[in-house]
Amino acid sequence: MKPAPFVYHRPSSLGEAIALLERYDGEAKVLAGGQSLMPVVNMRLARPAALIDLEGVPDLAGIRVDGDRVVFGAMTRHARVERAPEVRAHLPILAHAMSYVGHLAIRSRGTIGGSLAHADPAAELPALAALLDGRFTLRGVNGERTLGWSDFFLSYLTTALEPAEILTSISFAIPPPRTRWSFREIARRHGDYALVGIGALMRFASSGALEDARIALFGVGPTPVRLHEAERALRGQRPDGAAFASIAAEAVRLLEPDSDVHASAAYRRDVARTLIARVLAETTAHAA
Amino acid sequence: METTEHRIRIVVNGDAYERTVPGRLLLSDFLRHELRLTGTHVGCEHGVCGACTILVDGAPARSCLMLAVQADGRAVTTVESLAPSETELSPLQAAFRKHHGLQCGFCTPGFLVTATAYLRDVEEVPSRREIAEALSGNICRCTGYTGIVDAVEEIAATARESVAAQGETHAV
Repeated sequence: MKPAPFVYHRPSSLGEAIALLERYDGEAKVLAGGQSLMPVVNMRLARPAALIDLEGVPDLAGIRVDGDRVVFGAMTRHARVERAPEVRAHLPILAHAMSYVGHLAIRSRGTIGGSLAHADPAAELPALAALLDGRFTLRGVNGERTLGWSDFFLSYLTTALEPAEILTSISFAIPPPRTRWSFREIARRHGDYALVGIGALMRFASSGALEDARIALFGVGPTPVRLHEAERALRGQRPDGAAFASIAAEAVRLLEPDSDVHASAAYRRDVARTLIARVLAETTAHAA
Repeated sequence: METTEHRIRIVVNGDAYERTVPGRLLLSDFLRHELRLTGTHVGCEHGVCGACTILVDGAPARSCLMLAVQADGRAVTTVESLAPSETELSPLQAAFRKHHGLQCGFCTPGFLVTATAYLRDVEEVPSRREIAEALSGNICRCTGYTGIVDAVEEIAATARESVAAQGETHAV
């Protein structure tokens, strides 16, 4: 299918882009990499009056380390995030997870900001934002504001972005030294949207006890889910297969996944429980 | 509803073109209808099947998920650029033929372009699993994929051999 008619704009500044969004009063969509928007527009699931292409806006792409955070310009392509030395050095879980984001051709064009603003519940990046204390910088007619990930992701495909607001950058916290990580995803085909996915960061004391644990799931609810109760239960524990299994079972009881054409809620719960136990056991394998 | 038209300059397979296009014209349709380069195929139009894969400034991209206007100022490579002449196949194309990597041929342009970029960029001889993962964004309904992986595997190995042979020659 082909898109319904729209006006194509290519502003050359952020101010111009925001003014256009304001003028269209909710009837325009921002075009970043197009890998999520264009399927929707091609199939006419959305018929925006205008597309505002951010490609011509300077200084929206880039990766830099700022203290204990890595900052990504929203227009940074997935392929660049995947290969960036800063990401490999400071956020190895992200470098690894990027290979699950779509396919090579998707990653050439798709952007980190676009994926996060799209907020698909089965996508990897929102869950990594939950895991890595993601902070989102938004710019609109009223100026700039920064939100934590839990304030940014509201529901299915819904974020706190106002109609005339643009996500300009996202920062992730660099895990402290000796943090171990694991990332797993179950999908029909490598690169497809996940049925269920999980990321975990664990830090061990020299005694072998767990100092800190963070676990995030995707595909099990309208937004990424942090397993706060499981994280609390794990703190101070020594790694143990039986403990992991019972923590996984308890965590899954608190989940409310949906049934859809790809998987039932029961299946998602089952997969989540297995992945949680597996990933907790596997965090001995990688160092962050 | 209101629409717009845009003047674009684009290089395709080394040739420069200047055209006026509607804002909503997809790059896949521009290549096929405006430039008559029908080697790029349109399968799903939502980025899943990979039949429309081309190279944009050397990187593989879904032409069905790009607007022609977004390709202004860019260099595009399509499947038509692979064969050295009207009567010869490229080594990759010859390998596809030899290993029965195609039947109906609908997915083939997307596989060839994706594999071309992959073989160009891969640093070590890949395993069959790595090849399959690199090609996992392309769907084939006919072949069952084994012949496709065989063809890419052969080219990956022979490319390494010819690089190694050149090295030996220079050393002498």
